[in-house]
Amino acid sequence: MKHETIQPPAAPGEGLRLHTVTVKKVIWETDDTFTLQIDLGEMGETFSFLPGQFNMLYVFGLGEAAISISSDASQGGMLAHTIHRVGTVTTGLAQMKRGDVIGLRGPFGTAWPITAARGKDVCIVAGGIGLAPLRPVMYAMLRERTAFERIILLYGARSPLDLLYRVELEEWAKEHNVEVLVTVDRGDSSWKGYIGVVTSLFSYLKLDARATVGYVCGPETMMKYTIDEMERRGLAEDQIYLSMERNMKCAVGFCGHCQYGPEFICKDGPVFTLPRIRHLLDKKEL
Amino acid sequence: MYIIDSTELHNLMEELIKRGYLLIGPTVRSGAIVLESIRTVDDLPRGFGDEQEPSHYSLKRRNDAMLFGFVVGPVSWKKFLYPPRLTMFKATRAGKSFTIAPEGTDKNRKLAFIGVRPCEVSGILMQDQVFTGGKYVDRAYKAARDNAFIVAVNCTVTGGNCFCASMGTGPGATRGFDIALTEVLGGGKHYFVASAGTPRGEEVLGAVTQREATEPESRSALDAVARAAESLTKRMDIRELPQLLKDNFENPRWDDVAKRCLACTNCTMVCPTCFCSTVEDATDLTGMHAERSRRWDSCFTLDFTKVAGGNIRPSIRARYRQWLTHKLSNWMDQFGTLGCVGCGRCITWCPSGIDITAEVDAIRGNSVHA
Repeated sequence: MKHETIQPPAAPGEGLRLHTVTVKKVIWETDDTFTLQIDLGEMGETFSFLPGQFNMLYVFGLGEAAISISSDASQGGMLAHTIHRVGTVTTGLAQMKRGDVIGLRGPFGTAWPITAARGKDVCIVAGGIGLAPLRPVMYAMLRERTAFERIILLYGARSPLDLLYRVELEEWAKEHNVEVLVTVDRGDSSWKGYIGVVTSLFSYLKLDARATVGYVCGPETMMKYTIDEMERRGLAEDQIYLSMERNMKCAVGFCGHCQYGPEFICKDGPVFTLPRIRHLLDKKEL
Repeated sequence: MYIIDSTELHNLMEELIKRGYLLIGPTVRSGAIVLESIRTVDDLPRGFGDEQEPSHYSLKRRNDAMLFGFVVGPVSWKKFLYPPRLTMFKATRAGKSFTIAPEGTDKNRKLAFIGVRPCEVSGILMQDQVFTGGKYVDRAYKAARDNAFIVAVNCTVTGGNCFCASMGTGPGATRGFDIALTEVLGGGKHYFVASAGTPRGEEVLGAVTQREATEPESRSALDAVARAAESLTKRMDIRELPQLLKDNFENPRWDDVAKRCLACTNCTMVCPTCFCSTVEDATDLTGMHAERSRRWDSCFTLDFTKVAGGNIRPSIRARYRQWLTHKLSNWMDQFGTLGCVGCGRCITWCPSGIDITAEVDAIRGNSVHA
């Protein structure tokens, strides 16, 4: 296939070896979502990742969860994962304090092809926690801001209190010439921004269809409507990338849980080009 | 081709034991032929056959002394290469931290599989693709596999649920074995026609027999396998099957089979190619020691697809469709072959008697492109 996501080499230790790493800081982003900063210690010397990849994080005795990396890929030894507290393992991770040790395997999966977007406009669309795996993209692009033309971020959350990275969102807009448009499903008395689904933000934009790359991550329904909007505006389907989520136990293609039609989300994804999976998107209970 | 007389089969077993192999083979237990540790020819199910239909298995006495006069039982060789439960690591708390001690299989254990049916040899080759053929390699599997010596036994009898010929996996083995045997019984003679598939098979075979098969002896073996192929009653029409299933995601037959399927997971447990697993984490009462184990899982369980938003496949319809479509369509995209060997176990051990070949026929019959 002509347009592909980046397939990084296999994680060290053939992917199954668990490393112990130290929690440096827990930052609560919202009521139920936090960012776990990790010091990789010795592992940091060999660990590197690409934006879009994920790790398996292990809590002693509780188990593992697949969590995308939300930090800057150029900051070696330090990693961040932004985590929605929803199950046993993520609740365990939420209770971590500075100095606690967790297990880590990774990185796994495909990456957003940022190099392919150089010289173009980039339209990033994120829903909820879907912003987390896209934050490393933003960091990478802002490091060489001039290599890209327009950078647009459309971001939707349930409510103003559910917005992630609020300080950074403002910074990106004010200091880095990023067109940041934020919307919420339900506003509150303090909210003066947009209200509505994230796709409604497209009506405030004019996209140069021939020169725009789209990166999308969020709930599947949101991604489907986003793709519709992008294509309606003339974006070529092979310029649209999306990140998928499924249950994962092993992250290396052995456990079978993450199968999505013929794809293993853990190794063929999570980042896919739209043409590769578009025939699967409308299939219910696939 | 060489000849091993039935009275000399124990020599083959002895030679393997001498080389440090633990023998695993078919034996009768609890009314079924299962695969267990064996030591001598007397442990084999001499004079036993089996009767299989959808949702039915029973042993029967044969009126001869065939050592391999039966087909496949509820146990496949899978469990010896990919154990149903495997401790992956043990962890011990140390202050705020913990240490990790990897576990796994005994990497020095050498197993010799005696009596692997051709369909099951194919099953092993398919799992090789899954666990060792891609970007990541399952080291426990690879170690067990590298240490496994395969003595295949071609089928000269077939079962009511066998459809290996449709899948191109039997009744004769063409590759994937160290030694292949064909049992010939008749005219007062009882012998095995043997051939080696690998240098180590050659070496072991050379230590067991020097007698080359005569033309009539080789012919008898080939004829017996050919007769078995002709005796197969069950078939699966695999023409363009991967695409057919892709086109029939909404075929009404899925609703029909969903009414019969209990989602009991039997088919996935007996299947020689099903590879899905889950992990379990536990601590002891002190909270100081934790353990992670991997165990076989099944795409028929509800929680198999659990994500933060719920389960992806809540209906049995979707789970049966996933299982069948994975085997007969997606497997081709993933590993370059179909994922079914035609052993018929899923048919025999389904409490509802769901027959994968009948489901494929029904979908083909209702096909949106038929």
